[in-house]
Amino acid sequence: MVVVNTTEQKEFLTEKVLKNYSSVFDKATSDRLSLIKRERIDHSVIYVGMGTCGITAGSAKTYDAIQRYCKNHNPEAEIIRVGCIGMCSAEPLMDVQLPGKTRISFHHVTEDLVEDILNSVFHRSLSTDHVLGQFKSQSQEVWPNIPFIDQLPFFAKQHRIVTRNAGIISPNSIDDYLASGGYKSLYKTVLNYTADKVCDIITQSELRGRGGGGYPTGKKWMMALGTGSDQKYLICNADESDPGAFMNRSIIEGDPHRVIEGIAIASYAIGANNAYIYLRADYEQPHTLLLKAIDDAREYGFLGENIFGSGFNLKIHIRLGAGAFVCGEETALIASLEGKQGIPQSKPPYPAEKGLFGHPTVVNNIETLANVPSILENGPSWFKSTGIRDNRGTKIFCISGKAVTTGFAEVPIGSKLSDLVTGIGGGVRDGKKLKAVQFGGPSGVCIPTQNLDMEISYESMQEIGSSLGLGGLILLDEETCMVSLSKYFMQFLQHESCGKCIPCREGTRRMLQILDEISRRPREESSHETLERFKGVVELERLASVIKDTSLCGLGQNAPNPVISSLKWFREEYEEHIFDRKCQAGVCRDLRTFYINADLCNGCNLCQRKCPENAIIGTVKYPHFIIESKCTGCGICFDVCKFNAIYFK
Amino acid sequence: MQFNIEINNQQVSAKRGETIKNVLDRIGINIPTLCYMNGFSPSGGCRMCVVEIEGIPGLVPACSHPVSEWMKIRTHSPKVLKARKVIVELLLASHPDDCLYCERSGACRLQELAVEMDIHDRKYHGKREIIPIDKACPSVIRDPEKCVLCGRCIRVCDEVIGVSAIDIVGRGSESRIGTSYNKGLNMQTCVKCGQCIMVCPTGALTERSSLTSVVEALNNPELFPVIQFSPTVPASIAEEFNLKASKDILNIVRAALKRIGFRQVFDTSMAADLHIMEEAATFVERLNSNGPLPLLTSCCPSWVRYVEELYPSLIPNLATPRSPQQIMGRMIKNYIASSAGIKPESVFVVSVMPCTAKKYESGQDIGKEGSYRFVDAVLTTRELNKIIRLLGIDFSALEPEPSDTAFSMRSSAGNLFGVSGGHLEGLMRTIHFMLTGQEMSPLKLMELRGLKNRKEARVKIGKAIFPVVAVNGLAQMKPIMDEIISQKNAFKIIEVMACPFGCINGGGQKLNPDEKNLKSRMKALYDVDEEEMIKVSHKNPIVNDLYDKFLGKPGSDRNREILHVSRNTDKE
Amino acid sequence: MNQILIFCNMNKEVPVHILEKYPAGKRDGLIPILMEIQDEKGFLSEEVFQEVGRYLNIPANKVYCVATFYDRFRFKPAGRYLIQMCRGTACYLSGSTTYLDEFVRQLKVSPGGTSKDRRYSLEVTSCMGACDSAPVIRINDKIYSRVTPEDLVRIIRSLKEKTE
Repeated sequence: MVVVNTTEQKEFLTEKVLKNYSSVFDKATSDRLSLIKRERIDHSVIYVGMGTCGITAGSAKTYDAIQRYCKNHNPEAEIIRVGCIGMCSAEPLMDVQLPGKTRISFHHVTEDLVEDILNSVFHRSLSTDHVLGQFKSQSQEVWPNIPFIDQLPFFAKQHRIVTRNAGIISPNSIDDYLASGGYKSLYKTVLNYTADKVCDIITQSELRGRGGGGYPTGKKWMMALGTGSDQKYLICNADESDPGAFMNRSIIEGDPHRVIEGIAIASYAIGANNAYIYLRADYEQPHTLLLKAIDDAREYGFLGENIFGSGFNLKIHIRLGAGAFVCGEETALIASLEGKQGIPQSKPPYPAEKGLFGHPTVVNNIETLANVPSILENGPSWFKSTGIRDNRGTKIFCISGKAVTTGFAEVPIGSKLSDLVTGIGGGVRDGKKLKAVQFGGPSGVCIPTQNLDMEISYESMQEIGSSLGLGGLILLDEETCMVSLSKYFMQFLQHESCGKCIPCREGTRRMLQILDEISRRPREESSHETLERFKGVVELERLASVIKDTSLCGLGQNAPNPVISSLKWFREEYEEHIFDRKCQAGVCRDLRTFYINADLCNGCNLCQRKCPENAIIGTVKYPHFIIESKCTGCGICFDVCKFNAIYFK
Repeated sequence: MQFNIEINNQQVSAKRGETIKNVLDRIGINIPTLCYMNGFSPSGGCRMCVVEIEGIPGLVPACSHPVSEWMKIRTHSPKVLKARKVIVELLLASHPDDCLYCERSGACRLQELAVEMDIHDRKYHGKREIIPIDKACPSVIRDPEKCVLCGRCIRVCDEVIGVSAIDIVGRGSESRIGTSYNKGLNMQTCVKCGQCIMVCPTGALTERSSLTSVVEALNNPELFPVIQFSPTVPASIAEEFNLKASKDILNIVRAALKRIGFRQVFDTSMAADLHIMEEAATFVERLNSNGPLPLLTSCCPSWVRYVEELYPSLIPNLATPRSPQQIMGRMIKNYIASSAGIKPESVFVVSVMPCTAKKYESGQDIGKEGSYRFVDAVLTTRELNKIIRLLGIDFSALEPEPSDTAFSMRSSAGNLFGVSGGHLEGLMRTIHFMLTGQEMSPLKLMELRGLKNRKEARVKIGKAIFPVVAVNGLAQMKPIMDEIISQKNAFKIIEVMACPFGCINGGGQKLNPDEKNLKSRMKALYDVDEEEMIKVSHKNPIVNDLYDKFLGKPGSDRNREILHVSRNTDKE
Repeated sequence: MNQILIFCNMNKEVPVHILEKYPAGKRDGLIPILMEIQDEKGFLSEEVFQEVGRYLNIPANKVYCVATFYDRFRFKPAGRYLIQMCRGTACYLSGSTTYLDEFVRQLKVSPGGTSKDRRYSLEVTSCMGACDSAPVIRINDKIYSRVTPEDLVRIIRSLKEKTE
């Protein structure tokens, strides 16, 4: 193990590196810096992906195995826990860097593989199994026949600003962040810029809220800055509860100091001395990392009283969300911070005028804030050079569902949907066909394959009746039933509705009921019931428009999106459910009809005995038969059959 | 700043800071509301008042949205009308639909809205959820199935009464208005004031009815039914049945009550006079013996409960006389027992009060002696109106009937109990007399009159100045109580009435009163003070007679037993 | 320890070291206090609401009502094994509802409830943010990811064995 003189290193980083505006260093400094940055190493370094995704995939065990291995074989090797680089489905990821060689990354490294892989690396006799790729480096010798990471399809189209350090540096080390140029923007900002100037820079950069609303961040800050009050607050919204979104978690697990720096700059810009991070309580690891990051930053003098001698004070508090989706809405979040039910308030007044405890408050998503240090570092025009008109910079998207590669990726806004789906996500796994892409969380839409060409931007998503949301992408294959998916979202939203306004509270409940009717086995099959179900669809549309128009907050206003969009693009599937009483995907249990394959049935009689409706007839040792009119589609026969003789349509 | 906006193609002037609803109210455009309450900050929850604004994609609530110069508003466009209709249809989807049997039928806001929105069939068939009715409270009954979750009761309980006995339990479509662990309303913090009933738009909150037991008692030959009525009742009956408020109204009400079948009719004001005599004596005694001051009045049972439950350390400050209702009940039973030889158990005393808390008070242990209660049934003003209709009383055919009972005389001071500040005014008149032997001059304390929540006066008695205050709306009391505890409070007497503006706006009064109603009810009481010959309790001849023959001196041991309560002060 | 703390802590339902961290009478401490109490005690009892209410000067009823708004709070103790099934979209698509049904059927416990023998509690939780590893099941502190039907059989069997 290498022993580092921490006090000395701290002084070096804060005096020589941080306070050097130019980033051009003398030889001694840059040598020293490259050592800290591990560009030049004198001992082997092993990196283990220990994000939540890594841990669920078993990286804690991998880590232990590596430790055991090093104790026996390579005691001076340094083992570093890093966040996830984005390829969650490849976890546990392990990178190894030997002195003089480039850093090389391995995927799916379970504990039993550790020894073999490390042996092969240390003996420089790699087999290509489990090799993901190597990192580019000018000064180090490359491994032969190993692809470069940034050329992999998963990384090729990415443009990483916010996640630049994710999976690369240690999230536990403030020194790592400082060495990568961290906290320079904060230093520059508080000593050289007025609050007005900072707001101005952010306005010029055209940064928009990454929480989904897309409100110009600079404008929000200006409003809070311009509202007179003795106390102002900044709230970092990390209450990520959109199913399918985990970028907030990944940002914190990869690079928590970037968040702290962003919060500090934003607080300075609006004149806040207290900032809150509203974090999901389930995020235990991010919580620990943030606590440490805040402590370290305070220790280094980047938080607390009189930061950099500028007179600016800042305290960051962490508050854990107690589990209500609606608290992602800013006024609800504020109510929750005040110790009340997380119920949204009518706007105006906007939080920037009258927010937490009645004081001007800016609520920004964590991804928005994580963009801020880079903008201050490189200037607004640098930021504007990425993305398309009115949609500048990058956005992190999380890809999950039936994708080949699941994880998160940061791409310029305005990228094509297909880049994410087929390029980064690698299409649908198991050779199935892509049916649609569910985009934007529970209040998003299901985009059919014919629209894969579209650009992803705030406006284009609005045009198709969604919002950018947090940026969750879920790939759906042909085994997905759109009616029951709509039902799933409706269930989610009606469970999460706060209950304050009638259209959202009662309306989502009724929409769910109508969807239930459509996918429920009819009590009696008469034309009257079919008509009722058909009328239900008309009602769905009427309800959806009123809920959209009249609900108080974004949750309600966007609640009908999944249903409206699937009705628009998959109407025939609804009609099939209503008129033919069929669910092609076989998901709606009530609509399944079961049959017995006479070739496979050996007449064991089990299904007949288990059938609660006495719908199966047959003689022992001869193939049985299901009476369609009696079958209720419960599926018990299907479950009990040991010969796979029962199938459904 | 003044500017013009466009409403329904008309130019209308508006001021910065006004809401759209403010402007609409001023120019006489009506829009439906449900959760909106005058005098409260808008919640914007029900979405009934939505309007369309050019350039804004959705619809915005008029109650909370401020006006801006550029606005072009349409208040009844097809989009708006559709939205409003759907909202009401949604509320009706899971409503029990038992309007015919509902307490609120005819006075129900939801019913009104269904008519206004022209709804004739049930569009959405929600599954009816069976939720048990909360009957735990002796005053207020809750039927959660009829609740539309508008939150009005919560806000009154929170902001006006300040006890937060009810709140929203759960979230979203599973949320209900309720109490902790669903234990029912008979909990510590509920003070039974009934203000929640007053603001409920549906039949979800009603008073516990005593109608049946009263009608039964009237027809029970073994019972001797008598009735007492509170000072506010005549004015309320006049309002309900469109009678001219005059001096005769008292006698007309007496006639009506007699016609209903009550054998004798009493005016609670006489007991209020007794209450004042005892309270004044208590105050004088505390003043002389350095007893606990400020004296807190004890006529309002909600307030007494508030002190007992939330500020037990201040129980010694409460005045000890029983409330006028209880004094009257006790006097009536004793008087009839001795004069007519009827056992107190057989006398059935009904009282008519503008109050739901009196139902609770009459059932308390301190309202009993041996096997009988001082008051057997309490009717709210609303219930009395129902009995009058039920029994077909026609006021136009009634001849005014002067009192024929012993306790018929009253002073106007006792009558003033019905309005916040009135009790204190009457009390000060008698204290002045007790301390100086002279009448207060002038008799009126104008500082204590009017529709304000907190009215302070500095009353000069002899050479001393007594700062006193009358407070209505219990929520106002929290800071004052904290002041008393930390001894930062200089008041000598604090009169408290739980309901805003006092009993004239009690939880048992007619529903949906407007300011005009309140003003006329108040005026009726102060008019009596102008007209009545006897304006101070200590000159009520019956009261003095009672003291001479029966009770001894005010504050004496004998009447202490009869007219006062002893409260358990070691309660945590 | 200050006066209010001593006063509030008569029943010892609420650990002093939790209250101490938050100023008395300040409502914004409410949710953090409740969360810490639950983390330590496993659930929130009736006394907790009384005591926390007294400490923060909020009616106990209000404290209870605020708590019921949030999914995280539990008002009854959980069973020995707390099974949390993620209800995120990715988990849903990979069959979480079938898995849920399986728990219900095999362990005789309803979603949001606790089995009669108090061995198992079943909760459907909001998306755990591990969509890349769907479906995800959490049992006490252990997270199972990419659970296959075969895994599920194993998980249930081992649960049953452990509680025998």
